[in-house]
Amino acid sequence: MSKEIKVDYLARVEGEGALDIKLKDGKVETLQLKIFEPPRFFEAFLVGRSYLEVPDITARICGICPVAYQMSSARAIEKMIGLNVPDDVKVLRRLLYLGEWIESHTLHVYILHAPDFMGYESALEMARDHADLVRAALRLKRWGNRIMEILGGRSVHPVSPRVGGFHRCPKKEELEPLLADVSDVKRTAMDAIGWAAHLNFPDLDRKAEYVSLHHDKEYAITEGRIRSTGGINAPEDEFDKLFVESQVPYSTALRSLVGGKRPYVVGPQARVNLNHDELAPEVLDKAKESGISFPLENPYMSIVARVLEVAHSVVEAEAIVRGYRTPSAPYVDGRPKAGEGAAITEAPRGALFHRYTIDNGGMVKKARIVSPTAQNQSSMEADLLELAPSLAKMTTEKATLLCEQTIRNYDPCISCSAHFLKLRVTSE
Amino acid sequence: MSEGGKLKVAVYKFSSCDGCQLQILNAEDDLLELADLVEISYFMEATRRTKPGPYDLSFVEGSISTPEEEKRINEVRQNCKTLVAIGACATAGGIQALRNWSDVEHFKKVVYPNPEWVAALKTATPISAHVKVDLELMGCPINKDQLLFVIAQLLRGKKPYVPTYSVCLECKARGTPCVVVSKNIPCVGPVTMAGCGALCPSYGRGCYGCFGPMDDPNPKGLIDYFLSQGFDKGDVLRLLRMFTGYSEKFRKAVDEYE
Repeated sequence: MSKEIKVDYLARVEGEGALDIKLKDGKVETLQLKIFEPPRFFEAFLVGRSYLEVPDITARICGICPVAYQMSSARAIEKMIGLNVPDDVKVLRRLLYLGEWIESHTLHVYILHAPDFMGYESALEMARDHADLVRAALRLKRWGNRIMEILGGRSVHPVSPRVGGFHRCPKKEELEPLLADVSDVKRTAMDAIGWAAHLNFPDLDRKAEYVSLHHDKEYAITEGRIRSTGGINAPEDEFDKLFVESQVPYSTALRSLVGGKRPYVVGPQARVNLNHDELAPEVLDKAKESGISFPLENPYMSIVARVLEVAHSVVEAEAIVRGYRTPSAPYVDGRPKAGEGAAITEAPRGALFHRYTIDNGGMVKKARIVSPTAQNQSSMEADLLELAPSLAKMTTEKATLLCEQTIRNYDPCISCSAHFLKLRVTSE
Repeated sequence: MSEGGKLKVAVYKFSSCDGCQLQILNAEDDLLELADLVEISYFMEATRRTKPGPYDLSFVEGSISTPEEEKRINEVRQNCKTLVAIGACATAGGIQALRNWSDVEHFKKVVYPNPEWVAALKTATPISAHVKVDLELMGCPINKDQLLFVIAQLLRGKKPYVPTYSVCLECKARGTPCVVVSKNIPCVGPVTMAGCGALCPSYGRGCYGCFGPMDDPNPKGLIDYFLSQGFDKGDVLRLLRMFTGYSEKFRKAVDEYE
């Protein structure tokens, strides 16, 4: 008996992708996760642009996580030319990033992913039966967006971040309106932990290797060392030695693998599994109370990891706003010099690696960007393969939904993954 | 119109970052109300349920950069009454239009080990280069308030009003001192369409033109002024050859200096 599961256009993901699985006698004959997002050639047209333009330009890779692109590129360039961003500016970068995490995660958890768990086609339909849930989620998302609007001017492609810091840092009274409804926002974020912990998670048992930044003093976002549950502990500069992008003859996809061999997972679940000790104590208490234990192994529990990170972000953002004093200088400046620099920051979807080479005039000579979704693609495919035998027993409609939900576990941002076009796995 | 007499709305994505579509979802406070007023019939980023066209109103994000997109935009046009191009990619080609001054075959080799498998047109071009566009909303990204205003006007059957004047007027309206005059920072606000609320100058930096050319701009005059002030020619030209650099008015002005 053979069966075909076909999703011509994956919905509720950012960007364009498709899935095609052929099963024969309960076994996978072919599995194709296709990305038909058009290539935009960022790494090519960055060449010849000034180092100061790089964060503005790379932001445009992704409208959902522009800050991640701005931060990875700014840090890579700062390392290269020896700029030390002072702590009071660094903390503001962290606040901006927390805003993006809240906005991006909330969008994914409630608008894109929750309808799978709750049995709806979209959040708009879900809102008819669960208006309070969707309204609370939108308020939470709004709060994250407001952080970005205050610090960056706007939430999509903020204008204030720059190499060395910000064009302008806000006054304390500009940030204070965030405190007006913070208790309501925090309650929503904390309640979400209990809600997510009790969703129904489909069974899927696949031991994955998780990779993220780690920092001893904070929940790693803007800097740290590379850690993995497989034992990796290395400086960020070694990223492209540890994880090798390769191309296989039957695919146009560039896939990122540990040592060019094993799939690995980046993103909220990886971060929570590696860094849960650094989560805010009240978030850990709430997790414990809700019956959540670490590590989170089931990939469908990525939604739990996301709500934990949202709650942590709200708690930390509130603390930063309460303790905020306008930095003495919004940015540090320095003369460009020829060199090479690499940096990783934790985009909402996972580790985002940038490496640049510039010349003495500060013009980009070479750029390399590895997005989280490019790294997770092999794991999405591994999960789908693991799932395949049970798909054979389901109606096509159910199997299709489950496959979509499985891909959405990774919050794939296909717009960012300008690196791959099509993935095809054939199994005998 | 839908069975309930609501405007049927579709949202499409071509070569882009998703940021303009996201502005629709970013209308948090108004999103659920909007969903009651119109029928969102096709919006893949938000819902897997799609309803067949024709649609009353289609929003198109992104530029046309692959052979597949070249075909698909014609289908989109045929399937709607009013087509609104949203954002810098859809109205000017976007940042990926920087390839238009280079050799795309070389670009493929820079990014992909197997460039022969990559299907890409030589150019990335705005929607209006391919089909009739009824309205253009500029910006990288579009301004969500402007978007909601336009939808509201269309719902009332009015011709939507969008600004025709430059960012300078918005700076004056919000009381931001001119960054060119007070800080000697190059700024392309004088030739750029208003709509963002003059964000960049309010953060102490020059406008980088993400809303594209205003009506009847004089970019050549602005370039000459900056050159006369001793700014680096490359820096000045790159400022106009960025997110909306391929728009005809910016393109022609900059090309003249090369």
